[in-house]
Formats: sequence, C-alpha cells, structure tokens
Amino acid sequence: MAVSDSVRGVVEIVKGFGVTLTNLFRGPITSQYPEEPAPIYPRFRARHELRRYSNGLERCIGCMLCEAACPTGAIHVEAAENDPEHPVSPGERYARVWEVNLMRCVYCGDCETACPVEAVVLGHEFETATRTRDGFLWTKEELLVPTNPNVVVRAE
Amino acid sequence: MDWINLILIPAIKALILVVVLLTGFAYLTLFERKLIGRFQLRYGPNRAWRFGLGHPIADALKMIFKEEIVPARADKLLYVIAPGLALAPALLTFAVVPVGPTMNLFGLRVPFQVADVNIGFLWVLAVSSIGVYGIILGGFASNNKYSLLGALRTSAQTLSYELPMGILLIALVLTTTLGTQDGFGTLRLNEIVTMNRPWWLWLWIWLAFPFYFITMLAETSRKPFDFPETENELVCGYSTEYGSIKFALYYMSEYLHMLGASAVAVSVFFGGWRGPFVEQFPILGLVYFVGKIMALLFLFIWASASVPRPRYDQLLKFCWTWLFPVALVYLAITAVIVTLV
Repeated sequence: MAVSDSVRGVVEIVKGFGVTLTNLFRGPITSQYPEEPAPIYPRFRARHELRRYSNGLERCIGCMLCEAACPTGAIHVEAAENDPEHPVSPGERYARVWEVNLMRCVYCGDCETACPVEAVVLGHEFETATRTRDGFLWTKEELLVPTNPNVVVRAE
Repeated sequence: MDWINLILIPAIKALILVVVLLTGFAYLTLFERKLIGRFQLRYGPNRAWRFGLGHPIADALKMIFKEEIVPARADKLLYVIAPGLALAPALLTFAVVPVGPTMNLFGLRVPFQVADVNIGFLWVLAVSSIGVYGIILGGFASNNKYSLLGALRTSAQTLSYELPMGILLIALVLTTTLGTQDGFGTLRLNEIVTMNRPWWLWLWIWLAFPFYFITMLAETSRKPFDFPETENELVCGYSTEYGSIKFALYYMSEYLHMLGASAVAVSVFFGGWRGPFVEQFPILGLVYFVGKIMALLFLFIWASASVPRPRYDQLLKFCWTWLFPVALVYLAITAVIVTLV
C-alpha cells in the first residue's frame, strides 16, 4: 500500500517535471507589444474616423443621429447650413463641429450604426493615450480621413 | 610572516567571496525570473538593458530608496537585527566549501576555500540550523499574526527536515571511511571532494540525492515548500511587516541559502570542483564548480515551476512518515556496505 503509493507519487512528480520541461523548450508566446505590432482583427473597434466621398466632400450631413445614439454622450455635433457655392458635404447641412470625448466613449459602435450616410466609422487606431484631458477630445479636423474614399462597413 | 597566511589571505578570500555572492545573488534572481518565465511560455524580465541584465540593479536601487517602516508595537531591537541574523549564517555556510583546487598565486599556495576546518560537515549543519533564528525572530518581533504563523511554520519545517538531511549526511560521512587511509573517515569537505571512490559507491551516493534534494528544498524554504511565506494563506509570512532594505536582506538570505545548499550538495554528491583536465589547468575547477551549482539551481527552479505546494500537515507528515524512515533505511544499508567492503 504505502510502497505502491510512493511509486505512484514519484511517477506523478516525474510526469509533472516532464510537462514543465517540454514547455521550457516551446519558446515564449508573449507578443512584445510596443516593439511588435499587436494583432488587430477586421471587426476591431477603436477610435472614430470621419469619412469623405471620393470627390473630397465630407460624408457627414450634421444630422446628429450619432449624438442621439451615443449611450454615454461622448459625441457632440453642431450642424450648419451648407454654402451652395462651396458645399462641405453633399446634403443641406454639414457638421460645423464634430467632437468625441474618448474618455467617455465605450466603443460600442452605435454611432456608426446610427449614421445614415456611413460617415462615422470606428477605425483601428487604438493607441490614443495622452497625458492631458484635452488630448482625449478629438475634433472633426483630427478625425477626418484625408484620402480614403472607400468606406468599409462591417457586415453586422 | 604568519599573519599573511593566517589573517590577510583568509580576509581577502572572504571579502571576494562575499562580493561575489552578493552580486551572484542579484543575478540568481534574474536567472530564476527568466527561467520561470520560459517555463510559463513568457520571456521574463527583458526591459532594463540587454536581456534584462539591468533588472537586478534596478531592484536593488528601488529597495534601498524605499521608506523604512517599523510597526508601532514591534520589538524594535529584534525587528532590526533579525534580517541580519538571517543573512549572516547564509553567508557563513560558504566559509568551508572548497570553491576550487589549491593554486599558486603570486608565489603563494592558495587553497580556494576560506577555512579548511576539519569539521566542515558539522559546520554546515550547525550554520544551516542557525539560519532559522533570523526568520523566527523576525516573525516574532513584527507583532503580526501572519508573521508569527510563518515563523512557527518555519521552525517546525526546518527542524523536521533537518533530521532526514542529517541522517543522509551521516550516511555520506560513513562512506568516506572507504576513502581515507586510516579508515576513520573525514568531515573535511576538501578531502571529501578530492577523495577517490569506486564507481559503485558513487552510484549508491547518487541514489540518496533525490531524497537529499527534497530536504534541501524544505531547508531553504523554496517552492514547493515555501511555507514561511505562503502568499495565499499568510500574506507574506515572516516578512509581511518588512520593507525596504530589510526585506531585501531576507530575500538575499533566501537566495544565499539556495546557493549555499547547492554548494554543499555539489561538494558532497558531485565532486565539487573536480572534472576533466583540472590537474593541468586548476582554473577549470572554478568553472566546473560554478557550472555544477548552476545545474543544481536549475533543478531548484525547475522544481518550483513543476510541483504545487502541499498542505502544511502534508509537509510534516511526508517528512516524518516517509522521508525519515527512508533516510534511516539508507543509513542502515550504507553502514552494512561500509562494514562489508
């Protein structure tokens, strides 16, 4: 009894040692994040982006649906009438102010679902850390994507 | 010129040894963290400098600049001297361990051993049991129930495991009677290292090593037997109330115990500094010694990565009902072998 228990105990311990030894030679699976890029999946939701049409006009028509849909009140939109000579967006109105407070944002994606013209999209840029509160308040000028007319809307 | 041989050379050797041990301890922590990381499929520390070689220095600086806090109702004197009491015996173990062969340096024959005392074995056993005082006094003086429980556990654990350890060492001392000319055996570690033994005796000695290794784990309070500081039960055990450099001293003594136990085990079981070509190039002895110690340290860390911590009662039960009888049987068989041969 005692002898067989001892033998079994020794076998189990040796097995345990074997498991750790095989893992020692498997090599680390850690991703060295700041040096190596972190893997990002297609449907990853990070900082907002405001899109343009291919002719350079902004998609946003200042309808404020994103502001209404936002569960945390992170988005602030002020609309203004388009000047017919030099329109900013193809609609009647455009967003004079479009701000998002990333400290409030929960990255739920409701704004992009609510947007009728697919102007606001949650992009892949997630390294938004700064040292000031103002740094988390992103305005339209920073959020507008200069030249990327292709809007990729994820298939929900 | 006796004072050169009696005072100056041992003092220099002791100084070198202490400096080497204290820096070696720092890099032992790095070695452990790296290796544990690899066992867990991580990289381990690799931020400070190349390969993380700056981490021990950063740790030391951080420890030194931490605030010193003494608990309000602690026993101040004991609280302050306890870490030193823990550290000193850990260093003292090395006094009798032969680190390398005798070499000719600057026209003097210098044995690579601080003190070649004829009771080396007894010294090792005595000093390793004194090391418990630092931990017990620290836990007692902190006036904290976790510290006290940790200290009590340490005393019970160390005293229990000292028995099988001592018995195994007695058996090994018995085997030295086969190696000495007069047949009385020896307690001198240097003689044990240089002794020529037949191969079957080596096999028999190595048979005892797994048991001895278990007692080493318990004596140095290493995982899986780190009962003095069971984090999940006792916060941090005896060192709960310690911070700053005092905590660092405890940490140091734990690692130095590890180094000391490895050094003794290497000298007793694996021929110390001996290895091929040592007669031609004595400096190789140092390399072999350090290499063998590293191998044992790897074993320590491997065990801590592999085996979960048992319950406290299981620890003592294992010692008294299994390890102790096994050690006694080993001693008896060794005695028979020694008498017959």
